[in-house]
Amino acid sequence: MKAFADLFTAVDQTTKTTAKTKALADYFKNADDADKLWTIALFSGRRPKRAVNTTQLREWAAERASLPLWLVEESYPIVGDLAETIALILPPAEQHSDEPLSFWINALRALHDVDIDTRKQRILDAWNRQDDTERFLFNKLITGGFRIGVSRKLMTRALAQATGQDEAVLAHRLMGGWKPETTSYHALIEAEDAAADQSRPYPFYLAYQLDDPPESLGDPKDWLAEWKWDGIRGQLLIRGSDHHVWSRGEELMTDRFPELARARDFLADGTVIDAEIVAWDAEAEQPMPFNTLQQRIGRKTVPKKLLKEAPVILLAYDLLEHAGRDMRDTPLQERRATLENLAENLPKDAPIRPSPRIAFDSWDSLASQRATARDFRAEGVMLKRLDSPYLSGRKKGDWWKWKLDPLTIDAVMIYAQQGHGRRANLFTDFTFAVWQGNDLVPFTKAYSGLTDEEFNRITHWVRRNTQQRFGPVRQVTPKHVFEIAFEGIHASPRHKSGVALRFPRMSRWRHDKQVQDANTLDDLKQLLDAYG
Amino acid sequence: MADPALTFTERGIYCPAGDFFIDPWRPVDRALITHGHADHARPGHRRYLATEGAAPVIRHRLGEIALDTIRYGEVRRIGSADVSFHPAGHIPGSAQIRVEVSGEVWVVSGDYKRVDDGLSEPFEPLRCHAFITECTFGLPVFRWPEEAEVRAELNAWWAANAAAGRASILGAYSLGKAQRLLRMLDPDIGPILTHGAVEATNEVLRAQGYDLPDTLHVTPDLKGKDHPGALVIAPPSALAQPWGRRFGAASTAFASGWMRLRGVRRRRAADRGFVVSDHVDWPDLMRTIRETDAEKIFVTHGYTDIFARHLTSEGWDAQVVPTEFGSDEDDSEALAEATS
Repeated sequence: MKAFADLFTAVDQTTKTTAKTKALADYFKNADDADKLWTIALFSGRRPKRAVNTTQLREWAAERASLPLWLVEESYPIVGDLAETIALILPPAEQHSDEPLSFWINALRALHDVDIDTRKQRILDAWNRQDDTERFLFNKLITGGFRIGVSRKLMTRALAQATGQDEAVLAHRLMGGWKPETTSYHALIEAEDAAADQSRPYPFYLAYQLDDPPESLGDPKDWLAEWKWDGIRGQLLIRGSDHHVWSRGEELMTDRFPELARARDFLADGTVIDAEIVAWDAEAEQPMPFNTLQQRIGRKTVPKKLLKEAPVILLAYDLLEHAGRDMRDTPLQERRATLENLAENLPKDAPIRPSPRIAFDSWDSLASQRATARDFRAEGVMLKRLDSPYLSGRKKGDWWKWKLDPLTIDAVMIYAQQGHGRRANLFTDFTFAVWQGNDLVPFTKAYSGLTDEEFNRITHWVRRNTQQRFGPVRQVTPKHVFEIAFEGIHASPRHKSGVALRFPRMSRWRHDKQVQDANTLDDLKQLLDAYG
Repeated sequence: MADPALTFTERGIYCPAGDFFIDPWRPVDRALITHGHADHARPGHRRYLATEGAAPVIRHRLGEIALDTIRYGEVRRIGSADVSFHPAGHIPGSAQIRVEVSGEVWVVSGDYKRVDDGLSEPFEPLRCHAFITECTFGLPVFRWPEEAEVRAELNAWWAANAAAGRASILGAYSLGKAQRLLRMLDPDIGPILTHGAVEATNEVLRAQGYDLPDTLHVTPDLKGKDHPGALVIAPPSALAQPWGRRFGAASTAFASGWMRLRGVRRRRAADRGFVVSDHVDWPDLMRTIRETDAEKIFVTHGYTDIFARHLTSEGWDAQVVPTEFGSDEDDSEALAEATS
C-alpha cells in the first residue's frame, strides 16, 4: 500500500488544490487498474462492506498495545478519528511488506468468510506489517468515512487529467449506484457508455452564497427568483417504468419516501427532476418546519402514522431529462417552461409541484420579498440566470443563494470543553445560557465562528477561570458574552430552556457587553413565537 | 507521614520548610525557577534562583532581577530544606528541582524530555517519595519518532524546496526548539536565516558556549532573493504575518509534538508538520515515573485527568494539581508570542 500511502501523504501535506490534483493524477497514471478502481470508489464515498466493527477494533488494538480499553476510548475524542487513534497507539510493526491497496481490500472482504477469531488474527497480522500511515489508511478502510481532503470533484478532475477525458462526462459516469466489487476500471471509465445505468442521476448543480449586493448581477429581467426551501435537495428519476430518488449526497432515498412513488402515475418515462423534498402542510399550502421533516430522515421504513403527520412532496426546481433527452444544455428558461407545462396537468394531490417563481421587477422589490421568506418557511431566495445551462458541482456565476440574515441572541458562556481532531488542544466547544431572573439557563452549544486567534485567547482564559470540572467539561466563571447566530428555532421539551436552535454558531465575541447585558429566556421565547 | 515538603497554593508550588516557591505564577519573595519559558519564569518576584545554564536567558527575558545561580547537583540549604537542581533535558540549562525536608524527598520535574537532543543537558532520573510531573503529552497516542528519522525528513524537505527554488520557512519557538532544530539541520544544503526573536536567543546561548551552526539574522532590509535555497526559522506567529512574504515562493512547516495529530497538523495550514517535542512522550513518561520509585504522583499540566486516572488504576497514589503552567509557549500555538 506504499503508493497509496504516498498519495495520501502528498495530498495531506499540502493545502493547495493544484498540488493535490497533480498528486492524484500522477497516481492514476501509474497505479494498476484494481487500485485505480478502488481509489475512485473510496473518494466517491464507497468502501468495502464492514467485516469487523469498531468495538472489536478498539478492543484488539488496546490488547495489542497493552493498554486498558478506557484509555483508548478517552484518547479517541482527543485525536478525533478512531482509525488514527488506533494507528498511533499500536506498537511499531515488526515486519513491513508492501502489498497493493487492492490486496488489503480483498483481505478485508475475505474476512466475511471466516470466524471471529480468525478475523482478529488477520487484523493483528495486518497491523504488524504496516507503517503508521498505512495502518491509518487500512483502519480507515474498515471504519469508513474516507474523508482525507480529496473531494469527489478533485478526484474527478485528476482522473480527467490522467485519462484525457472530459471532466463533466466523467462526473456523470461516476454518479449512481455502481459498485467496485461488481465492475472494473475499464467498464467504469474506459468502455463505451451506451448501456448507462437506468438509476444513474445527474451531478447536482450547487449555488454559491451571494455576498455582493444583487445589483452586481445586472438586469433583474435576466434572472429567475424562487424560494430557497429548507428541506432535502433531491433528484427524482423516472426511467424504464421505475423511479429512483437520490439525495445531493448521492444516497438512494427511494424507499424512505414511498409517497413519491405516485409520481410514476403522472410523469412519463425518461423524466428527471431536480427538486426539494419537504414535509408539506396541504391545508396551509406551505412546507412544515424542517423539524417535522427531520423525523423522516434516517428512517428506512416509515410508520403509517408518520406518513400521515409528515407527508412529503417534491417542490420541483428544474427539469434535467425530458422524454429521455438530456436537457442540461438547454437554457433554464426553456427547461423551466417545459417543467411548468408538465406540472400544469398534475392533480392537486400529486406529490410534486413546481417551486413557484417570485415575480419581481427590481432588486428592491426582490429584497423586500426576501425579507418575508420565513413566513413561507423558506431560508431566503435563489437567483438563477434564465439563459444558463444546468452545470455540475459548485460553480460561480449563474446560480446564487441569497439567504436571510440569521437570527441572533446574546448569550453567556458557562461551560467549555476541548475540541477534537483539528482542535484537540483548544477549548472550542461551549455551552451558552440566557438569563431567567438571576439564573443562567443553558440553551445551546456552539463550536464554530471564532477565528483561531480568538480560540487561542478563550482557551487561555478558560484554563484560568475554571470553577469546577465534570469529566472533560469545565464550568467557567460567567463573564464572556457571545452573539449566537442561528437559522431557526423550535420548541423542544427535551431541553431545559424549552427551545432548540438550528445551526447555532458564534457570530461575534461581544467584548462590549457585560454578563448582565445578555438576553433573557423571554427574549428567546419571543423569537420562538415569531419564527418557531 | 510528616508534613508534606511541598504544598500547592494559589501563587504556585510552595515549600513551607524553606519559605520559597517553585515556578510561581504570582509575585513572591523567593522563586526557584526550573527554566526560562514564560509560563515558568515570570516577572515580579523579589529574589530568583536558577541554574547557571538557565540564568543568561532568564536575565535576557526578565531584565534587571535579583538572580542567584546554582550548579547542577549542588545542594543548598534554604531554611530547613535541602534543595538541588538536576538536568531536565527540556532546553539548555533546564532543571528538575529536588527538595528534601527531614528525609522526605520531593521532585518537581518542570518540563522535561528523555531524548538527548545534543544540546540540552540530558535528563537525570531521580529517586523520590513524591514526584510532581508535567504530562503535556500524557496520552498513549503520543510516541515520538526516532530523532534520526525526523532529521532525515527535515533535511529532505529543505533540500527538495531548495532544488525547486523555494524558501523553507520553519515555525518553532524561539527558545529551545529553534536551537534544537538548528543542530538537526545539514548546513551544506543552504544558508540558515533566523527571525530576530530566534537570533536573540541564539546569541545568548552562543555566549554561554553552546555550539550552534552559523545563522543570518533577517533584518528589515534583507531580501529573500539574495539567499536562494535558504531555510528560515521563525516563531510560529511570524508565519501568519507579512514578515514571511519577503521570501517569495516558500514551503512552510511547524515542528512540535502536536504534529503527531493529523487534525492539529491540518489546522495549522502549513505544508508540513515535523514531530519534534521538548516534552516527554507517553512511553518515556511512564518509564520516568517508574524510575523515580515515587509513591505519590502529582500531575500538573496537559491531559491531567486521564493521566492521573491511569496512574491510579496502575496502583500509584496520583492526583491532579491545578497550575498555571502549560500555556507553554512551545506547544499552545505560540500564544505568548502572539500576544506579547
